[in-house]
Amino acid sequence: MGMGGEVETQTPVQSVLCLLKDPHGTTLGSSMFLPCTVGPQHLQQIVNQLLNNEEMLPYAFYISDMELVVPLGNYMEKHKVSVEKALCIVYQPQAVFRVRPVYRCSASIGGHQGAVLAVAFSPDGQQLASGSGDTTVRLWDLNTQTPLYTCRGHRSHVLYVAWSPDGKHLVTGSKAGEILSWDPQTGKQLGRPLMGHKSWVNAIAWEPLHLSAPCRRFVSAGKDGDARIWDISLRKSLICLTGHTSAVTCVKWGGDGVIYTSSEDCTIKVWETLQGKLIRELKGHGKWVNSISLNTEYVLRTGAFNHTGKQYSSAVDMKKVALERYNKVKGKGPEILVSGSDDLTMFMWEPFISKEPKTRMTGHQCEINQVCFSPDGQWIASASFDRSVKLWNGTTGNFVATFRGHVGKVFQISWSADSRFLLSCSEDSTLKVWDVRSRKLKQDLPGHTSWVYVVDWSPDGQKVASGGEDRVLKLWMS
Amino acid sequence: MPQGDYIELHRKRYGYRPDHFERKRKKEAREVHKRSTIAQKALGIKGKMFAKKRYAEKAQMKKTLAMHEESSSRRKVDDDVHEGAVPAYLLDRDNTTRAKVLSNTIKQKRKEKAGKWEVPLPKVRPVAEDEMFKVLRTGKRKTKQWKRMVTKATFVGAGFTRKPPKYERFIRPTGLRFTKAHVTHPELKCTFNLEIIGVKKNPNGQMYTSLGVLTKGTIIEVNVSELGLVTPAGKVVWGKYAQVTNNPENDGCVNACLLV
Repeated sequence: MGMGGEVETQTPVQSVLCLLKDPHGTTLGSSMFLPCTVGPQHLQQIVNQLLNNEEMLPYAFYISDMELVVPLGNYMEKHKVSVEKALCIVYQPQAVFRVRPVYRCSASIGGHQGAVLAVAFSPDGQQLASGSGDTTVRLWDLNTQTPLYTCRGHRSHVLYVAWSPDGKHLVTGSKAGEILSWDPQTGKQLGRPLMGHKSWVNAIAWEPLHLSAPCRRFVSAGKDGDARIWDISLRKSLICLTGHTSAVTCVKWGGDGVIYTSSEDCTIKVWETLQGKLIRELKGHGKWVNSISLNTEYVLRTGAFNHTGKQYSSAVDMKKVALERYNKVKGKGPEILVSGSDDLTMFMWEPFISKEPKTRMTGHQCEINQVCFSPDGQWIASASFDRSVKLWNGTTGNFVATFRGHVGKVFQISWSADSRFLLSCSEDSTLKVWDVRSRKLKQDLPGHTSWVYVVDWSPDGQKVASGGEDRVLKLWMS
Repeated sequence: MPQGDYIELHRKRYGYRPDHFERKRKKEAREVHKRSTIAQKALGIKGKMFAKKRYAEKAQMKKTLAMHEESSSRRKVDDDVHEGAVPAYLLDRDNTTRAKVLSNTIKQKRKEKAGKWEVPLPKVRPVAEDEMFKVLRTGKRKTKQWKRMVTKATFVGAGFTRKPPKYERFIRPTGLRFTKAHVTHPELKCTFNLEIIGVKKNPNGQMYTSLGVLTKGTIIEVNVSELGLVTPAGKVVWGKYAQVTNNPENDGCVNACLLV
């Protein structure tokens, strides 16, 4: 045996038959023989050349869902891969910029008189709004890290804060069911409250920027089982999407101009937005559907703004850039929807192709509270009450890793803009940053004195805001 | 046929007496006068009992009246903002109230600053040594008097083995040993049956602490891992202090109040 091993190491396999594929399974070029010494850097050059990229773009390489970090020869030896068949190497483009992980608390700002229930950065990452149990919405000055405006007007707890993708409007929904809109520049309330929901507002989603240039329409999901499309300039409810028999838990406005709603009646419904007709009903879950996420969600949220922080003067420019960005993230495939439910499973759907789920993702041991696609659509992260965060492949839905470390329920998760880090907040009063590449805990961020309800990583990657039961808003810096 | 049933049968057959309702009305009208006579005449315990009963009736009546008044009067819908705001994803889940462990709120921090040992029972009755211990007479002639038996409840650790009788000065009776305590969380207002980890301080003296004697006012450490409390750093709190609030030797159980 010892002799045989030696012989093998002395005469390693000189070249390996490889086949490069993109995440969707289309091959790049034909299969080729690569020398054993080729590592990820060389592969990166090869892919860049084959794709005729003008600039060198970073790529990551995966062999059967494992990232390749060593030269091919070492990999073959370690994993005893057969040299008879062509080795399938999947390349995935990485973000050209890097977000540094947050590691310190730069400010904890008091001001709210009640628990902080919603936190959201504006799409350009320059403004921050938070909603609280004391019925106020607050806007914060990020440069001086001080309170900027206190917006009073709600009659009950502010449950959801949503920025329009062009950053010009801020709408908030409350537990009493009214929706208010604010001017983020002055902190003044615009017009009268939008009344319509009979019970509290669970979620709000804006129409994507590449569909209509100055943002006007948004959709809200109510506990009363209705979703309503509103117009911010006409200040009224255009369409009421009725059909769910129980509370609507989450709503998303897809990039193709349809609305997805998930509900406590175990279904997900797809609506057309002009007349509010029901297009599809996605059935499969056995209990409440808590959260849905689109693979293009992040780009729909940020619209035309990217990591460079470039500002646009006209709406037409914004629309054009937003469309470009959207197409780039979406790729050739259809829009993918993932849903997380109380029945401990997640489903991956392609609503435009079939009403059957594409994949069923199991593994969590408690209710799944939130699912979230990474900004580039390659990963799905799910936060569950079983104290873990799980990472899944965004195209196939295969299980990738479990992040354990929280000692309480994980409430919310948020991705960094470059999809390299994941942030989770939990009942155990900490935030944790997870490294997607090494699949390990990157940073533990204690500081809150009670449950952390919400967390948001700013789209420019510089800051993280979190809020919870202890009524302070904390800003974390990289 | 029971006696009272004849009248019912009769009524069924022949109806009520013509003056039945008249008589009934008069009797009811006279009732108040009758009661008043009793109220004036009744003396001693009977008078007290009557007064108490009458008071309860009147209180009930007032409540009923107020209730009726409330249902008929119009008033503004209460727009009060409820306490205890939770995010939308927890609103429909009822299990949140149970686990609402305010282990470290601002209020509590202030309390901590006031004094580390500010406990629910600040003063306890000192227990004398002869109350705490019973002298056992040993030896063949029962002349030796160096052995003591603890007459109070004790906590004895899981790994405890008794010494040989010759060296055992203190006996802790097995009947008075406790391993669990009913611990009340003062903010949650609910009680949990938790395991005792150890006795931290017996106010009567260091010796009693080391013996593990549980008297009223003793600080014990309990295992709170089930409650899901966390430290500011995000670790699970395992042990927490509690103060005994009853006399375990009299009650047969240990009740304690968690020091948060």
